[in-house]
Amino acid sequence: MVSIEIDGKKIQARDGALVIEAADDAGVYIPRFCYHKKLSIAANCRMCLIEVEKAAKPLPACATPVTDGMVIFTKSPKAIDAQKGVMEFLLINHPLDCPICDQGGECELQDIAMGYGSDVSKFTEKKRVVKDKNLGPLIATDMTRCIHCTRCVRFGAEVAGVRELGATGRGEHTEIGTYITSNVSSEMSGNVIDLCPVGALTSKPFRFSARAWELVERDTIAPHDCIGSNLKVHVCNGREVVRVVPRENEAINETWISDRDRFSYEALYSDDRLKTPMLKENGAWREVDWETALQAVIVGINKTITDSGADRVGALAAPTSTLEELYLMQKLMRQMGVNNIDHRLRQLDFSDQQQAPVFPWLGQPINNLENNNAVLLIGSNVRKDQPIAAHRLRKAGVRGSKIMTLNAVDYDFYMPIMAKIITSPMDYKHQLAGIAKALLAQTKQPAPNGFEKLVSKVKITASHQAIASALVEGSVSSVLLGPQAINHPEASTLRMLAQLITLLSQSQLGYLSEAGNSVGAWMAGMLPHRVAGGKDADKTGLNALEMLHKGLRAYVLLGVEPEIESAESVIASRALNDADFVVSLTSFSSEAMRQYADVMLPIAPFAETSATFINAEGQWQSVAGVVPPLGETRPAWKVLRVLGNLFGCSGFDYITSDDVLTEVKQLTKDCQTDNTVVWCCPAPITTNSNADILVRIAEVQMYAGDSLQRRAQALQNTHDADFAAIRINKACAKKFGLKDGVKATAAQNGTEITLPVVVDDNVSDNSVLIHCGLRDSAALSTDFTPISIRPV
Amino acid sequence: MANEVCFSTLHLDKSWALSTYQAAGGYAVWKRILKNKTSPDDIISELKTSALRGRGGAGFPTGLKWSFMPRNTPGQKYIVCNSDEGEPGTCKDRDILRYNPHALIEGMAIAGYTIGASIGYNYMRGEFYEPYDRFETALEEAYKAGILGKNIFKSGVDFDLHSHIGAGAYICGEETALLESLEGKKGLPRFKPPFPASYGLFGRPTTINNTETLASVPYILANGGKWFLELGRPNNGGSKLFSVSGHVNKPGNYEVPLGTPFAELLEMAGGVWKGKELKAVIPGGSSTPVLPAKIAMEMDMDYDSIAKAGSMLGAGSVIIMDETTCMVKTLGRLAYFYYDESCGQCTPCREGTGWLSRVVNRIEIGKGQQQDLDLLLDVAGKIGGRTICGLGDAAAMPVMSFLNHYRDEFQFHVDHKRCMV
Repeated sequence: MVSIEIDGKKIQARDGALVIEAADDAGVYIPRFCYHKKLSIAANCRMCLIEVEKAAKPLPACATPVTDGMVIFTKSPKAIDAQKGVMEFLLINHPLDCPICDQGGECELQDIAMGYGSDVSKFTEKKRVVKDKNLGPLIATDMTRCIHCTRCVRFGAEVAGVRELGATGRGEHTEIGTYITSNVSSEMSGNVIDLCPVGALTSKPFRFSARAWELVERDTIAPHDCIGSNLKVHVCNGREVVRVVPRENEAINETWISDRDRFSYEALYSDDRLKTPMLKENGAWREVDWETALQAVIVGINKTITDSGADRVGALAAPTSTLEELYLMQKLMRQMGVNNIDHRLRQLDFSDQQQAPVFPWLGQPINNLENNNAVLLIGSNVRKDQPIAAHRLRKAGVRGSKIMTLNAVDYDFYMPIMAKIITSPMDYKHQLAGIAKALLAQTKQPAPNGFEKLVSKVKITASHQAIASALVEGSVSSVLLGPQAINHPEASTLRMLAQLITLLSQSQLGYLSEAGNSVGAWMAGMLPHRVAGGKDADKTGLNALEMLHKGLRAYVLLGVEPEIESAESVIASRALNDADFVVSLTSFSSEAMRQYADVMLPIAPFAETSATFINAEGQWQSVAGVVPPLGETRPAWKVLRVLGNLFGCSGFDYITSDDVLTEVKQLTKDCQTDNTVVWCCPAPITTNSNADILVRIAEVQMYAGDSLQRRAQALQNTHDADFAAIRINKACAKKFGLKDGVKATAAQNGTEITLPVVVDDNVSDNSVLIHCGLRDSAALSTDFTPISIRPV
Repeated sequence: MANEVCFSTLHLDKSWALSTYQAAGGYAVWKRILKNKTSPDDIISELKTSALRGRGGAGFPTGLKWSFMPRNTPGQKYIVCNSDEGEPGTCKDRDILRYNPHALIEGMAIAGYTIGASIGYNYMRGEFYEPYDRFETALEEAYKAGILGKNIFKSGVDFDLHSHIGAGAYICGEETALLESLEGKKGLPRFKPPFPASYGLFGRPTTINNTETLASVPYILANGGKWFLELGRPNNGGSKLFSVSGHVNKPGNYEVPLGTPFAELLEMAGGVWKGKELKAVIPGGSSTPVLPAKIAMEMDMDYDSIAKAGSMLGAGSVIIMDETTCMVKTLGRLAYFYYDESCGQCTPCREGTGWLSRVVNRIEIGKGQQQDLDLLLDVAGKIGGRTICGLGDAAAMPVMSFLNHYRDEFQFHVDHKRCMV
């Protein structure tokens, strides 16, 4: 610590701190534009010039480190003169038309100009005009307003990891833009809107829809990925969500959010939004009141239970549902004798669910990801799946940590990758076995029971050795299973091998789980074999896949569209259509849902209901609803409570959602946060068994993960919301006679689909990437199974 | 007493050839250092004795600069030669590259040895096609002769030298912008601290010197620091190349001892042309303050004397203006230059240089107003000293000095809408 004096105030500052940081800590305001605590120092706006005793010239507070005994004046005549001088320069070419600027009222330049600007300009020449750029569907531009602080440029280079924006031209002709006409398509791009201190970069979907002073800012949590980014929602007129911005939480999302979390709010007002309860009578839908709709549910479910038995009823919930909803759903079902309860719609391998941890989690706090020295990602497109986690990993990678991947597609992670194995999904287990075998040799530890036989035919490659060494050498290291590993047909084998690797290398096993409340769903007992708190259920019901395969008589759906959100979409669609009674608690209706459902109950989506989400690190985050539910919509926890009462179940007398939360907390207070599973040797691994079999890689398209994202228009217009296609590498395309851009037919388990071919050499051999979550690819049956492709 | 240092071989046939240089005693110092393993401290101390000051413009003592280099830190360190020579009025480095490239190579090798850098870069401006070829040829000769490379003369010392040609931006003569450009990036000056000695090229400790500075080093070490110091004056050691341009009969580069009276230098350049009277002198390149003839004729050409006269020796680029020169038009040209060459990174320079240029232009074409004169001083005052690099100061200084000495001419333009000369 050093002693300094700012404006006569003696303070202690951290050694090596910058003057601006010390001043911020001491509550002394210094105006600034280019400085941002999460970005590198540019010192280019010169707004933070201050006077330092004994310094001949004014110094930029953002780039001057404190020294012991430093005497700083931020408001001396010399400092103010320098600051006002800079402000004058900034304003000469900046349009002074705040009333027609979207940033007006929340503009840093406008605010600081109030304090440091002059009411009359001495500048009488023509102002500079800069041509606007089209940066894509998310960011609106007004480049004449740009003050060249380069925050957006530094964000791309330092945080997003891709330099999409840059400063071209020199001097007065400097322009911020893309180097050649192109989009800004980073999955974190929306953050430049918040960073821009003026109205040059603004939100395209929000543009001109409200003024800052008409908005109320309320806190919520993003429901999409397993990070649970903290959000501030901007509410207009007390009832409409018009914008979402990050809420700073250093432990989770720092000051950033992904575009997914920022723009998915648009779905709240999509045409698909269900605003009143709907009832199907004689094949025709009509709007009904809640009482009628709920009565129809009671009758429908009771009739099925009476006619076919409770084991012919199943409940499926989206892992983006709130903890309260998930808990009440399973509680209601279990009281009615229904044990077919699940949220794992994309999972294919349930064989080890009894041994599974109480809740598969990240194994470490999110902010610890950046402290890892070595990380092995398995079946994970982390940059698209969990952009915030990728940012943390990128920090580690840039620092020199060894990031390694085992994937079916050679994704560009925008960070240094030490080793990568790009191979068919069917080959994952060989690779993991190879790494485990290399580790056993390196660490000279005894092999677990049966392992010798398991890997007798597996050859250790140089990549295996490198990955094994990196994991052993890293003092903090992790093996992370991504959604493509969790939902893999051999997930239990992969899990067992991954765990063996972590035990041998003393690393942490973690799950980059699928959705915002995947952990919450495990905790709440939204599972066929466990009740809330991870205790075994009295009777194990059917899992999601079995429920759909066996064709139950009635289904209760919570916020889920199984026909595109299930691993076996065709079978899901068939099962729902064949059922006698389907009730969907949903925020949106679709053509398909109107086909299979009998009652649709409008429930409040994200932002309209109080909610608790448990993110991948096991953090419970509870928020209140920020806007009243639209139309006749009701929060699902209230709907489930009423249903509980109507069904005559006990223990449904909650008054607030907090009562539900308290109950869940009570039931889960003894939960162990341990990802370890008991060693249980998988079947022996033979080599080359799948060499020639073409397998479908079923990655969920970036913006197709849940019902909100799919209906957020701006997100759907981005590059990442890619169309359904058959993506295959050049060699495979040649082998099957496929041409880029020409349609081909993919056939799988008796289903067929015709899609355009995209030749993409990032796809591994013997695999085809056909994104799922899309209605255009839903006619193809199963994720991660053999597929054949032929030209049309 | 002329042509003692960098131009000492100028009179010889093919002065740029290795054989010529060696016949005149070239590379003897380099070989001696390699053989004797001369202590870097001794070299630095010799340079300090010589009072050699940076010839690029700032005049920083070279020995002191080299002593800042953390030469014992592990890892790569670099020596970089600044041959960007962008200052309007200067053309001296070009002639070193053309006529005495081996002195520069030897100077860089010695510098590399002294500061612990095994790699050097010579950054030349984009327009230097011919000097670039000359320098490349000289490099090739030196490599062939085993003067550069790995384990030179079996001494265990490595030194590799590369030439690099810029793309013609004035700002790349600013040392940190030069480093950025050398790294393959856009030439934007870096904020200092950290200085290049701790964070330079590719983030490694780096020393950057001007061409003339480095080319002087072998001569200093051959003849002794005292010899060099005594060529000039105390604290202003050696001789210096002056690029005399403008309204003179014999414009060109002249190597004269520091402390030579300006009048004498003007005489060497053949005096003011066409029998005209001397009006003004810019003594050190376009960014240094202008001096009226009366002051200039009484000053001597060394760092301290010119500073006393109210300007700077800069790069030694003497621009002579005769009595027919319109000072408003001259300033207009200078202001336009800085406006055009601003990198655009920081606010005062990006926004202010264009403003200055436009206002001066307005006055020149007879559209100026009374308040414009004070406006110029006001704007220049808000640029100077408030930018990342020296370009802001460079743009502000001519404006202030022209208005200081020739305000009446500007006033005349405003009042009569025409020029007084």
